Amino acid sequence: MTTEAKKRNIPDLLFSLLTGLASFTIILLILGILATLLTESWPAIRKFGFFRFLFTVEWNPVKEVFGAASTVYGTLLTTFFALLFAIPTAIGIAIFVTEIAPNFLKGPIGAAIELLAAIPSIIYGMWGLFTLAPIMSKYIEPALQKWFGSLPVLGMLFRGTPLGIDLLTASVILAIMIIPFTASISRDSFNLTPSVVKESAYAMGATQWEVVKDVVLPYSKLGVFGGAVLSLGRALGETMAVAFVLGNNHRIATSLFDAASTITVTLANEFAEADSDLYLSSLYYLALVLFGLSFLALATAKLFLLRAEKKYSR
Amino acid sequence: MTREQTRKIENYIALSLSGLAALAGLFWLVFILGDVLVHGLGALTPDLFLKDAVPAGMTGGGLRHAFVGQLLVTLAATLIGVPLGVLGGTFLAEYARGTHFARVISILADIMVSVPSIVIGAFAYAILVRPLHHFSGWAGAVALAIIMIPVVLRTTEDMLTLVPWTIREAAFALGAPYYKVIIQVVYRGAATGILTGVILSIARVAGETAPLLFTSFNNAFFSTDMNGPLASLTVSIFQYAMGPYDDWHRQAWAASFVITLFILGLTIAGRALLKWRYKK
Repeated sequence: MTTEAKKRNIPDLLFSLLTGLASFTIILLILGILATLLTESWPAIRKFGFFRFLFTVEWNPVKEVFGAASTVYGTLLTTFFALLFAIPTAIGIAIFVTEIAPNFLKGPIGAAIELLAAIPSIIYGMWGLFTLAPIMSKYIEPALQKWFGSLPVLGMLFRGTPLGIDLLTASVILAIMIIPFTASISRDSFNLTPSVVKESAYAMGATQWEVVKDVVLPYSKLGVFGGAVLSLGRALGETMAVAFVLGNNHRIATSLFDAASTITVTLANEFAEADSDLYLSSLYYLALVLFGLSFLALATAKLFLLRAEKKYSR
Repeated sequence: MTREQTRKIENYIALSLSGLAALAGLFWLVFILGDVLVHGLGALTPDLFLKDAVPAGMTGGGLRHAFVGQLLVTLAATLIGVPLGVLGGTFLAEYARGTHFARVISILADIMVSVPSIVIGAFAYAILVRPLHHFSGWAGAVALAIIMIPVVLRTTEDMLTLVPWTIREAAFALGAPYYKVIIQVVYRGAATGILTGVILSIARVAGETAPLLFTSFNNAFFSTDMNGPLASLTVSIFQYAMGPYDDWHRQAWAASFVITLFILGLTIAGRALLKWRYKK
């Protein structure tokens, strides 16, 4: 190579190095977050162990006994109920937008649903506190109590005074928040079904629902499932939407009308107040558990979505 | 009932249910936005933008300090996050195109986009607040930047990939080195797309509250010092809404209205820009 060409290669090398380093920040950040959470929570990990921490209910800053059971339980429970409400609605929306709506409605409805995803979570939280919680405590929860309260076993879920600041309200808000994610991913997966396949089903005399049920859904199940797991990951880590209406109560809730706590809500409420090292370390331990849970969910979702993509691109 | 009839009825039921689901989605959107609009517009006064907070419990005052704080933190986050994101995306789409490295980073970035923002706040607290013994606007900006980087990186990568390879070859044929091709040809072709990514990432972080709670924290006074605690709109909304005073609630609604308007405006602008550029 001539010196002239070498001289020209130096800026190119520098630029590739610069951009390469920038892309490396992603790995650096993930490892950095993991390492920081581990070091910060190390005192708590040594004191409480792994399984003992996860299965201890008591969370007592005064006695310095910290267990994650109540918050992990609250996190999983709100997420479960949110998904229970959100996934059927989201799939319904996706079916409507892709298969049923007349063409002039498809764009606007899809865009409107996606706007729902752009509203910041704190707005959901405040709206939940000032608008939804009073409605829940005045109308919806007493009605639920009247209908289901006397049933055996199931009635347990509707015990207590309906105050509106509880698991049910938090789950509903969380559900409204994750509907758009699930709906838009499901819609994109539905759209990947080749129209030839759908048209041949119609030609055999299938109804619209039969086409959806027997052609579109089986064809796109990987994508839909990926979308649902992605929403799960989002719901696990959502903070502000639930912080207003959950009541930060460290008990194992047995009724939907009980105040509860999630990992995120505990962090948001107690982090700045943690006055002892062990307290702060335990909060970091909670953050580590949350990071692990959501990373697992998000990675699984990504795996499914990638597989779906691979399958359809052939 | 004949088989045809059952199938028809089943069809109607299923289709109506999915129509209802779509209605439910729209219902929530209208309900939430309408509520923010009604409460927010009623509470919107010039004082909100022109005055700082008054001591707790007193009526009056505004959120000027929070607007300024939010602006500073978001701006600083953009200045940190956008260059890193754009450069990183460039590497994945150009120098590392098609390699395993690019694929792994891309997948990790997709996961990073959804990592709980409060965990990122805790991370920023550990590296920037605790060692320095005070909350700071910079810590908040770094936390927001960490959320922005993967968003900008992924959109940049996608947008650069959309630029046809032949255009690069044409520039190579003229003897241009790769970095010049990227800066003068590829970036130009993908400018609108990259800008959209930046706009959407700003919309994404402007509404974040959780990562600011223990980084930039809060400040009842007007401050432009990025080295000290800074008020932000979102944290103020949290504090005011949870507080006991009616006047606080009123201001929280007004602030919510402003921030929602800003974010929805940015989101719609970003989408419109993308449509305008790539529809043709």
